[in-house]
Amino acid sequence: MDRPSAPARKALSDLPLKDPAALPEDTEPAPRKKRKPIGWSMITIVVLVAVSATLVWRRDGMAGVLDILTHDLALFGGILPRVLAGCLLGAFIAEILPHDKVSRSLGPNSGLKGLLIGAAFGAILPGGPFTAYPVASALLAVGADFGATISMVVSWTLIGYGRAVAWELPIMGTDFTLWRIVLCLPLPVIAGAFGRFVYVRMYSAKDEVE
Amino acid sequence: MSAALVIDIILWGSVLGVGLIAWQRGPKVMTSSLREGIWDFINIVPRIALGVLGSGYIAAVIPQEVITGWLGPDSGWLGVATAVVAGGATPGGPVIGFSIGAVALKAGGGAPQVLAYVVAWALFAFQRLLLWEIPFMPAKFVWFRAVVSIPLPFLAAAAAMAIGKP
Repeated sequence: MDRPSAPARKALSDLPLKDPAALPEDTEPAPRKKRKPIGWSMITIVVLVAVSATLVWRRDGMAGVLDILTHDLALFGGILPRVLAGCLLGAFIAEILPHDKVSRSLGPNSGLKGLLIGAAFGAILPGGPFTAYPVASALLAVGADFGATISMVVSWTLIGYGRAVAWELPIMGTDFTLWRIVLCLPLPVIAGAFGRFVYVRMYSAKDEVE
Repeated sequence: MSAALVIDIILWGSVLGVGLIAWQRGPKVMTSSLREGIWDFINIVPRIALGVLGSGYIAAVIPQEVITGWLGPDSGWLGVATAVVAGGATPGGPVIGFSIGAVALKAGGGAPQVLAYVVAWALFAFQRLLLWEIPFMPAKFVWFRAVVSIPLPFLAAAAAMAIGKP
């Protein structure tokens, strides 16, 4: 783990106090998320899907291709409302969270406390991937750093109760599930700390120039 | 009451809750975030469509038996490493991931290896990465998060070996 720098310790000790800088938050325009252009990730997915669909077509013929398509179309229709709910949740959270407070308690200088807050938030977040990722994206947009957001996402994945209760308990059994969660408890913070450690060394020189 | 209904109620309840807070801040805050959310949704739908419709085909070319084969009773760190790769390569949703884990446990797979498999599946399952994480999050973040998480299943397996549980 990286040692918090002097400003990080200062930010930590400032946290519970009322900061006069927090007052003019209404005048400050909310930073807008940039919408994603079609990037390499999307192109990779398109290629992967095209290759897989061709393989299915050669193995099972057109019937096999259509079979999967109709099944997945039904799935798609089922999750659309939840995706909308997730997007709205993310947008509202981005709007109502005070940005300066978020960047102080989840930002690059938030120290171990920021990682713990991120992890706790991820563990209690309701819903599935359709809420976790839009909300994580909103946090990034309002000033959380990669470290705290990694803690949040990893915590949602490993500690979050949703999947554990719905799927893991009945399939894997109580003993395995509980031990799995206990053993995973420190991992979100470790991942966040490691992420922050690497991120600072990869990108900090660039940020200082900006 | 089904689990899906409970999820939907909690989900839309949360939307309503934060929407109400936004509305208290003023109708302008409310409408602008509403518009923002709907735009996000419109932007994301084609990506989700590609992910959902595409992952069915990807899953169809990676049969479940292949994954189960990788999770034999091969103990030690090589077994853990194989389990991590298997977790990332597992197609399909939680039922398939956990079922493979349960089968591996019954077939004599070591607990640390199965634990590493479940953790790796939760962290890296390619289908969730492609279908959910990439469309919603900046791609740079997703890859960064995935790379930084690589030690985690090994840490979990090491902890399991150390205390002899589960």
